[in-house]
Amino acid sequence: MGVTKEQVESSLTSKLSPSHLEVIDTSGGCGASFAVEIVSTKFEGKRLLERHRLVNAALENEMKEIHALSIKKAQTPDQWKQQQESDNSKPAA
Amino acid sequence: SFCCFSVLSPELKTTLDKVVTSHKVVLFMKGTKDFPQCGFSHTVVQILKSLNVPFETINILENELLRQGLKEYSSWPTFPQLYIDGEFFGGCDITVDAYESGELQELLEKAMCS
Repeated sequence: MGVTKEQVESSLTSKLSPSHLEVIDTSGGCGASFAVEIVSTKFEGKRLLERHRLVNAALENEMKEIHALSIKKAQTPDQWKQQQESDNSKPAA
Repeated sequence: SFCCFSVLSPELKTTLDKVVTSHKVVLFMKGTKDFPQCGFSHTVVQILKSLNVPFETINILENELLRQGLKEYSSWPTFPQLYIDGEFFGGCDITVDAYESGELQELLEKAMCS
């Protein structure tokens, strides 16, 4: 059966209350592999390893069935905002 | 959690303590450095090779007890797992991120000189 994208989203939403969340099913539909981008205030003051641990812990039940999880981004709202601004300013030059 | 089952016995923990400190850089991966059997493991091998650091790889596909024990040892659910100077550094995404920011090179240089 595997895990659905919605299950991954709902676990991450309830445990990390993200201000931005993107879950991409990279399995081609079988639900075994996901890529995640997440922005949350819970990441503040934490190193990347600790941030990834929080994401892994939030998906503890799902991880038993997920074969591959790629955490593309685990940022604080401030980092996210800065990145959005610098991305937007680039093409304008 | 109501589940108390653990494969990480004190003996296995002692063994893992020795293995992760046996070399400056130890990578637990799927396959070997010459024949990685998973894209994520392949990525980390390529990064370490490009940085020209000596590293030891251990194939977790050949030992199920080691594979399960390591997950508890590092509190990390997936492979590859990279250890630098006896300390868990991260999985594939963290290694890629640190490589791109230059943090990995810095840490490895420090580890090699220590």
